[in-house]
Amino acid sequence: MAPAISLRGVTKRFLTPSGGVYTALHDVDLAVEPGEFCAVVGPTGCGKSTTLALISGLEPPSEGEVQVLGKPVSGIADGIGYVFQSDAVFPWKTVLENVAAGPRYHGAANREARDRARDWISRVGLAGFEDRYPYQLSGGMRKRVALAQSLINGPRILLMDEPFSALDVQTRSLMENELLALWSASSASVVFVTHDLEEAISLSDRVFVLTAGPGTVKSNYKVDLPRPRNVAEIRFQPRFAEIYEELWSDLRDEVLVSYERQKRSGAA
Amino acid sequence: MSAVATAERPVSDLAARRARDARRRQLTVQGLRVLTAVVWLGSWELTTRLGWVDKFFFSQPSEIALRLWTWISEGTALGPLWYQVYVTMEETVLGFAVGSILGIAFGVTLGGNRLLSDVFSPYIKAANSIPRVVLGALFAISLGLDIRSKVATAAILVFFVVFFNAFQGVREVDRNLIANARILGADNRRLTTEIIIPSALSWIMASLHTSFGLALVGAVVGELFGATAGVGELIYSAEHLFDAAGVFAGILLLAAVALVAESLITALENRLIKWRPQVVVETKFG
Repeated sequence: MAPAISLRGVTKRFLTPSGGVYTALHDVDLAVEPGEFCAVVGPTGCGKSTTLALISGLEPPSEGEVQVLGKPVSGIADGIGYVFQSDAVFPWKTVLENVAAGPRYHGAANREARDRARDWISRVGLAGFEDRYPYQLSGGMRKRVALAQSLINGPRILLMDEPFSALDVQTRSLMENELLALWSASSASVVFVTHDLEEAISLSDRVFVLTAGPGTVKSNYKVDLPRPRNVAEIRFQPRFAEIYEELWSDLRDEVLVSYERQKRSGAA
Repeated sequence: MSAVATAERPVSDLAARRARDARRRQLTVQGLRVLTAVVWLGSWELTTRLGWVDKFFFSQPSEIALRLWTWISEGTALGPLWYQVYVTMEETVLGFAVGSILGIAFGVTLGGNRLLSDVFSPYIKAANSIPRVVLGALFAISLGLDIRSKVATAAILVFFVVFFNAFQGVREVDRNLIANARILGADNRRLTTEIIIPSALSWIMASLHTSFGLALVGAVVGELFGATAGVGELIYSAEHLFDAAGVFAGILLLAAVALVAESLITALENRLIKWRPQVVVETKFG
């Protein structure tokens, strides 16, 4: 079976405002199977978010090929959901309008879009908050809105860019469990970007470690922990600790390289 | 001892005291406001009555009040007072509407299109640097002395303020929101109507406050260049008769009109931007 997502020899360069060239990703090979939950970890500035931008079609690669669902990516394709790191729900729309946006953009009638939105709002546990505006919600609730907003389109690929990094620890593990429940009810492939190794292991089937920028895939671990998982408890399993240790020994070097670089550029 | 006291005091007591303090402060502020008016108007009245200040040039409050009353009860030299106010308001509102719509349309278009904005920016900057009220003279010639020349003068003043704010508003739209909408399937039309315009709306609304004042300026200046009715014409004809009281009375009328309009715009703003946490706009000066 063809992978849901594949990146082959992908390099991404950006022009900096001063006219220089910045290489965010270098020769990245990466494949995600259909229905697989993958995490991408790496030190700050290694191009994790860029990887998602390439898969989503928001950015074209400079070199190499990105394929999603067997087709080369050219522009934003259907069947992709994207949960952003910062709040990207629309502040001038109510919860209901926010969640109904996707179906409406895809040509659904207003009434049908709203009905489907109500269903998704209750699935993410926000029933009763349909008429609130985002500023009236807590950070965790806004994330739920973002999740429902993406999932209502029935994406076959779900891209998540450190979605829970701004949440407090308790809310976070709650959201992680809910994400796993929602994901297991769908057949979507997930690419979950995070800098948190624990989060990566407890959620995923596979973890990609990127090197310090320009990022390239350093290693690719299969996480063979049983499902369904409880994110809050799985960390106490001995197997979790083994995987963690292995991955950390890979990641540590890259984090050090990245840290050294930051210190130097800070001193310069 | 104080610890015991706070522990025993019920919460409602604290809230009541807070409310009482707030009320007391409110009363103090209102009282001082009235006092300011009394001192100001009183000293004006007194100095002109005593002849320290020439009443011919500066008029006096009682005379202005009397003039306003005459205007209200007997009408002005140009006809009934309500008609003068109506004429000026009509010019102002039309000019405001035309200028705002054009400003938003151009601002949103140019803000979303880098090529167009690069091509037009020197012309817009040049046009913006002209003191635009003088264009009123041109409009009086080209459009005649009827309502159109006043509307045009008001509109041109409003246009630039709204244009620059709309332009900036479009430029400042959160990139994440645009990316999110595109991923969710929004086409260009939806992007404009559902993302770009709403997020630019707060900038545009902020400019509407200033620009309504400018529309009033435009209408009044337009009347100065030649008119048969309106508050501006009323002031202009009073000036010709060296009637300082008439000038002041006209100014007072304009101020009242502007205040009413300002509160209407604030209401409109609260309606349109209800998604934003309420901020206090009352304390904002200017």
